[in-house]
Amino acid sequence: MSNSDNQQALKQLKEIKEMMSRSSKFLSLSGLAGVFAGIYAIIGAIVAYQLLHKGNIQINDYNTFTNNQLNHLVIQLFIVGLVVLLLSLGTAWFFTKQKANRLGTQMWDRNAKRLFVNFSIPLLCGGILLLILVFQYNLIGLVAPLTLIFYGIALWSASKYSFDELKYLGLMEIALGLIASYCIGYGLLFWTIGFGLLHIIYGLMMYKKHQ
Amino acid sequence: MKSFDYNFNKLLQHEVRLGIMSALMVNDWVDYNSLKDILQVTDGNLASNLNRLEKEEYIIIKKEFEDRKPKTSYQASDLGKKEFQNHLIALEKFINSQQ
Repeated sequence: MSNSDNQQALKQLKEIKEMMSRSSKFLSLSGLAGVFAGIYAIIGAIVAYQLLHKGNIQINDYNTFTNNQLNHLVIQLFIVGLVVLLLSLGTAWFFTKQKANRLGTQMWDRNAKRLFVNFSIPLLCGGILLLILVFQYNLIGLVAPLTLIFYGIALWSASKYSFDELKYLGLMEIALGLIASYCIGYGLLFWTIGFGLLHIIYGLMMYKKHQ
Repeated sequence: MKSFDYNFNKLLQHEVRLGIMSALMVNDWVDYNSLKDILQVTDGNLASNLNRLEKEEYIIIKKEFEDRKPKTSYQASDLGKKEFQNHLIALEKFINSQQ
């Protein structure tokens, strides 16, 4: 009698453990990944600041660079941004993969796919628009505001498939981007707040709440 | 000692209901189709147990439209979370007493 009760209790615990792991959301570790993304962004901003400083460039209006030297600088800044983005995505992938392995669940499930699609469409759209604005029309001042705005929209649209809090992070990025588009000279500052500070704060909050 | 000496929650001593609550403990909102995927049970079985949990106020229901299709999502209420945790503690105590 007592032995079968024990079996029953153990079975229930096993069931609970299995359901919890099977249903855990794709970006359950987004907290830690967010903190790392924030740190990369701040390092990236420091590098970008030094590049601008070295070139003695000030971005005071929408249309500041015309000659070849500046064009070269834009490409360097572009590479810095790309490295930050790839490092952030790589870290998020690493943490998620690690967690999936630990729980014995599949990382690339239906929810993950939907999250990826809903996140990528606004981001890709913004990215292409920016490439055109910068390389065709030299509107370098719009880089910071537009990256923030489109990233915010991407978060907003992905939030349905992840934590609800992602929605608020998205809204804050959009608001910050709109303010930045009014204060064109301070793009790097807004960029540091939006991609650095907000990510770290959000990451720590999520880590505390869900770990 | 026998199991009825412990504070087991009768509502949660059921595979499907326990599964629903487990999934809701580690997620904010889970929609109906995801629950069905996770638990791998029939519609009738899932729906009746969700109703039961709702009646006891263990879960909160949200209905919305996504791509013009109705979508129902569920969240564990504070009561549901508390009862689930108490049930876990009871299970733990019971298993410890057997060793």
